Amino acid sequence: MRIDRRKKILACLVALLALPAVSFAAGGEAHVMKANNDIRNQASLQRGARNFVNYCLACHSAKYVRYNRMAADIGLTEQQMIDSLLWSGESPHSTMVNGLHADDAKKWFGVVPPDLSLVARSKGPDYVYTFLKSFYADPARGTGVNNLALPGTAMPHVLWELQGTQEAVWEGETDAQGNVQKQFKEFKLAAPGKLGPEEYDAFVRDIVNFLEYIGEPVQARRQSLGYAVIAFLAFFTLLAYALKKEYWKDVK
Amino acid sequence: MSSSNAKATAKTGDGALANLTAWIDERFPLTALWKSQVSEYYAPKNMNFWYYFGSLALVVLVIQILSGLFLTMNYKPSAAEAFGSVEYIMRDVEWGWLIRYIHSTGASAFFIVIYLHMFRALLYGSYQKPRELLWIFGMLIYFALMAEGFFGYLLPWGNMSYWGAQVIVSLFGAIPVIGDSLTEWIRGDFFISDVTLNRFFALHVVALPFALVFLVIAHLMALHEVGSNNPDGVDIKKVKGPDGIPLDGIAFHPYYTVKDLVGLGVFLILFALVVFFAPTMGGYFLEHANFEPANALQTPPHIAPVWYFTPFYAILRAVPSKGLGAALMGIAVVLFVFLPWLDRGKVRSIRYRGPLFKFFLFSFAISFVALGYLGLQPPTPAYTMAARIFTVVYFAYFLLMPWYSSIDKTKPVPTRVTYHAH
Repeated sequence: MRIDRRKKILACLVALLALPAVSFAAGGEAHVMKANNDIRNQASLQRGARNFVNYCLACHSAKYVRYNRMAADIGLTEQQMIDSLLWSGESPHSTMVNGLHADDAKKWFGVVPPDLSLVARSKGPDYVYTFLKSFYADPARGTGVNNLALPGTAMPHVLWELQGTQEAVWEGETDAQGNVQKQFKEFKLAAPGKLGPEEYDAFVRDIVNFLEYIGEPVQARRQSLGYAVIAFLAFFTLLAYALKKEYWKDVK
Repeated sequence: MSSSNAKATAKTGDGALANLTAWIDERFPLTALWKSQVSEYYAPKNMNFWYYFGSLALVVLVIQILSGLFLTMNYKPSAAEAFGSVEYIMRDVEWGWLIRYIHSTGASAFFIVIYLHMFRALLYGSYQKPRELLWIFGMLIYFALMAEGFFGYLLPWGNMSYWGAQVIVSLFGAIPVIGDSLTEWIRGDFFISDVTLNRFFALHVVALPFALVFLVIAHLMALHEVGSNNPDGVDIKKVKGPDGIPLDGIAFHPYYTVKDLVGLGVFLILFALVVFFAPTMGGYFLEHANFEPANALQTPPHIAPVWYFTPFYAILRAVPSKGLGAALMGIAVVLFVFLPWLDRGKVRSIRYRGPLFKFFLFSFAISFVALGYLGLQPPTPAYTMAARIFTVVYFAYFLLMPWYSSIDKTKPVPTRVTYHAH
């Protein structure tokens, strides 16, 4: 009977631990596409780093990320990093900042492009993936594009030459006041880009993967260390339990 | 400490260590303290699962003080540098990420352990006479812990830190007449600013840890004065053997030190599971919006306090008037203090209580958890209605207690504890 109760308590604790994960997973939003990236895929991280440096870094910094630590984590030698990622003579141990002045950025875009060190941690990799795939042509905007994930974004579609021109297809209904209630139906590729749709997805996925990595560079190491720590603690607990059994024999 | 006692100790051991002990005992009551507080402190032998959380709370306190110490070595308490210094700890400081995750997980673990520890007291009537002061010290620890958690939550200077602090500090504005000046006095500014961050840091790392340690010592002194309660609520000091030792008592050391070691092992496994595999706990231990720096111009899409405050936050939101809601929230927290006098029951333990008490206690426990959940959700009309119902149940437990605890049909309490050797 005592063992039964212990089992119940254990089950409750496990359920308690799993609860937040379940409810977080259930809190998804409409139109969010799954990134399906994998931070253990170093080739993807290397491509992501290249894509990030080529297409994002001109406007967005990643000011908490140090080049040489990042390169070591994603499996690049220092020389490979200098050749492929350091284009403007930065020192290998500097952080990923750019030359964009805040005043200029405000003049050009209306806002300062946010630092991307933690974007995948605050918004989630799926959001970033969805954002980069949700630009569509909108002549009413100064940049010529709008974004379904962040309507009215000041960001131009930097990757348009890769993706091509994407148009949004709407389903419209006119309500009693005569206003058209637009509802998003799907994206349509109006003009192809340099990459096919699947190649573009992979390209974006690599960027997202890189962003998730820089959000928490220690993530992969943290988990592998975790197994060793849990194994040690399990051993410790078994020993403690045996010790307890031995002492408590006296208690009648 | 008399020297004859010290000599007696020296005789039992041999060698340099015994000599050292004797030397100390002549100058400081080391052996006497060890005996009275640990090796000859007799605790009931029937303490069960619920009795792990006291010693675990002590462990978490030590974890928090040590990890906090190392965090302060690299953290910068200024609005311009705080957020960056936390990221510096996470990325550039050797093992900084581990220390930070231990500290952030420890904050939530502290509240989990304390809530279970408090629930144990409700189950077995541990607050009843003669443990009123022990209970009050415990409640003061809980209040200090809430303040500690609140001040600490601002320090990472994330956007949720900022807006969470903004919302909670503004609650003091609901106090009539002095409200507005009081909030300014707390913040030291007209809004949450660098000044606020600096003083919250001082309170978090100096004032409240001191208060906590002092209160924990008082809590333990009171506990060892009156003795530990147990799942039967039986006073073990009433039945003593010829040697003056309670028949149902066993020495805290080695019996409960080895038993608590098992509890510690299980706790550390769960703790490590969070630290290494889910340090944000899906946004409940570390909120997603807190990975963006504080921004006075942009509120997060949904502001909620950290989970350990949400039962009270739900009560606040359940009341349409802010002033009344804040007052009710304050009362909900403080009511615990009065339990020893609200409870008119003739027995301590749930084992011998009647159906009325069981009903009110378990509906209270359910409403506490439900309010905690509702406090995390956006306030829809249905959720607000649910929060109102659970708020009524929450208060019914306390306010109707003098009535239901006195008329309840209790069972006879045995003179000895129930214990089956295993």
